[in-house]
Amino acid sequence: MENTNTAAKREVISRKEFYKKFKKKSNAAEIWSRFLKNRTAVVGLIIFGIIVLLAIFAPLLVSYEEQAIKLDVYNRLQGPGNGHLFGTDEVGRDIFARIIYGARISLSVGISSVAVALLVGGILGSISGFYGGKIDDVIMRVMDVFLCLPDVLLALAIIATFGVSQINLVISIGLSFSPKFARIVRSAILTVRGSEYIEAARSIGAKDGHIILRYALVNCMGPIIVQVTLYVASAILTISGLSFLGLGIQAPTPEWGNMLASGRAFMRDEAYLVIAPGLAIFFTILSLNLLGDGLRDALDPRLKQ
Amino acid sequence: MAKPLLEVRHLKKFFNVAAGTLHAVDDVTFTIEPGKTLGVVGESGCGKSTTGRAILRLLEPTSGEVIFDGVDVLKLNKKEMRKKRQEMQLIFQDPFSSLNPRMTVSETIEEPLKLSGMIPDKDQRFTRVLELMDRVGLAERLVNTYPHELDGGRRQRIGIARALATRPKFIVCDEPVSALDVSIQAQILNLMKQIQQDMGVTYMFITHDLSVVNHFSDDIAVMYLGRLVEKAPSEELFRRPLHPYTEALLSAIPLPRIHNRPERIILKGELSSPINPKPICRFANRCPYATDICRQEEPQLTEVAPNHFVACHHVKKQA
Repeated sequence: MENTNTAAKREVISRKEFYKKFKKKSNAAEIWSRFLKNRTAVVGLIIFGIIVLLAIFAPLLVSYEEQAIKLDVYNRLQGPGNGHLFGTDEVGRDIFARIIYGARISLSVGISSVAVALLVGGILGSISGFYGGKIDDVIMRVMDVFLCLPDVLLALAIIATFGVSQINLVISIGLSFSPKFARIVRSAILTVRGSEYIEAARSIGAKDGHIILRYALVNCMGPIIVQVTLYVASAILTISGLSFLGLGIQAPTPEWGNMLASGRAFMRDEAYLVIAPGLAIFFTILSLNLLGDGLRDALDPRLKQ
Repeated sequence: MAKPLLEVRHLKKFFNVAAGTLHAVDDVTFTIEPGKTLGVVGESGCGKSTTGRAILRLLEPTSGEVIFDGVDVLKLNKKEMRKKRQEMQLIFQDPFSSLNPRMTVSETIEEPLKLSGMIPDKDQRFTRVLELMDRVGLAERLVNTYPHELDGGRRQRIGIARALATRPKFIVCDEPVSALDVSIQAQILNLMKQIQQDMGVTYMFITHDLSVVNHFSDDIAVMYLGRLVEKAPSEELFRRPLHPYTEALLSAIPLPRIHNRPERIILKGELSSPINPKPICRFANRCPYATDICRQEEPQLTEVAPNHFVACHHVKKQA
């Protein structure tokens, strides 16, 4: 089979045709089966899946204009039931409609701000970890300074400077999370930086950017993916926090944090006003955390044993 | 004497460590002729691998010249060096860690071809990958397997195919068989020998296994603590080792006979430190022949017989 003397020229072969014969195996299936064995993680995935589906199909379930925005003071402060699953708020809007439209905002702003953080922090962290030395020192000391500030404070400062808007919210949360991602990506890169396959890549003339992407990062994705899910949860919490303070998503746009804030005044008698958005936040964060933990175990089976 | 393909002159690689300057490679000079193999031997930590990597500029040398095919590669800029790497390649010691775990066999072998832009057509490039796999004896059904699915011998074949992809003139082999089973070692060595005969590549073969180097090399260079202590054609070196260290090293080769075993020379003492070494003979504290001059002056590499270079005060006197 392994005859070293058959070094003859070959006819030009189409790669596609050849790959059909010898298929590429993926290890995604293996990770997925490990993930499924972890019950709490599956629960997390199911809850998160439901929230995502509700957010995506919100327009099919309720009307944004009619139920989530339009004032209907005759039906204000109706308790749960009676055509309104979670009741109505102080100006008569359907709380369920506002919750699922709020999920759209929370998820999209949460995910996109983590994407910003991953991009900014990822680039800085990769450079820092890959090159080391003085570049590393400079970048990481600057990151350390930012890490000293609480993220909400940092996000507040950015919003205060650039004004309140959804884009600014994404940018401010993204930037305030970047130092954390810089640290995570840097430490992940450090674990593979000294590998011989990195040296091999250099010896065949690969450029640094190519080495970082195709050799370093792909081999240390596990911890980064896990942190992404956990920080999406954290970002959603921050958005709600900022909206609660009136610096995030502005009324009348429904958002869990500003729903909490406006419901607060009626909390004593109409507790469902704050319970609904509170539970929405709770389940989203919980499911993302379970999901993250499950992913970590599935991606790195060594950790669990 | 043919014009050398590679000429290394006064190559130095120092590392700054807490205790001072570590002289990993200290003033190493040698040449390799095209199509030949230079075996580099020495114990762990003597700077063999560092020399190989410094020549390829995977470690930036502190000073010296590496003239490859008439060009000093140490003077090339980043871009020129990347181009030059097509002609000078490296085969790694450990086939388990030198392959990217996320790349399939064909992707790994294709990578140097892709990076060099030698074969822009995708199908032609892929065909070349299959040819290379044939060349090193990898079955074509392995194209889409990942390194972790394969045994050490096959992985090392991938490493060899990767090194051969751009048709290099010169390959540094950094202990390519020391991580493999003895039975597979022979296969890989034969493969490398065959490749040299067919393609005329020049090898710098780094090893600590003297029996391997004897069969494989035309010339042998012996290193001790960052210095080149002796260099000679293989036969000459094995017949007439001149440096006391080479003598001791050769006497340590196990011979498969019961009677009439030659006396082993047991070296006493420890390696002296490579950090801030004094300008004396580095082997003096372990050398059975050492005299005062060895502890006062550093011996220089001198040609004592045609093509036989030794760095020892006492050999000079004999000659």
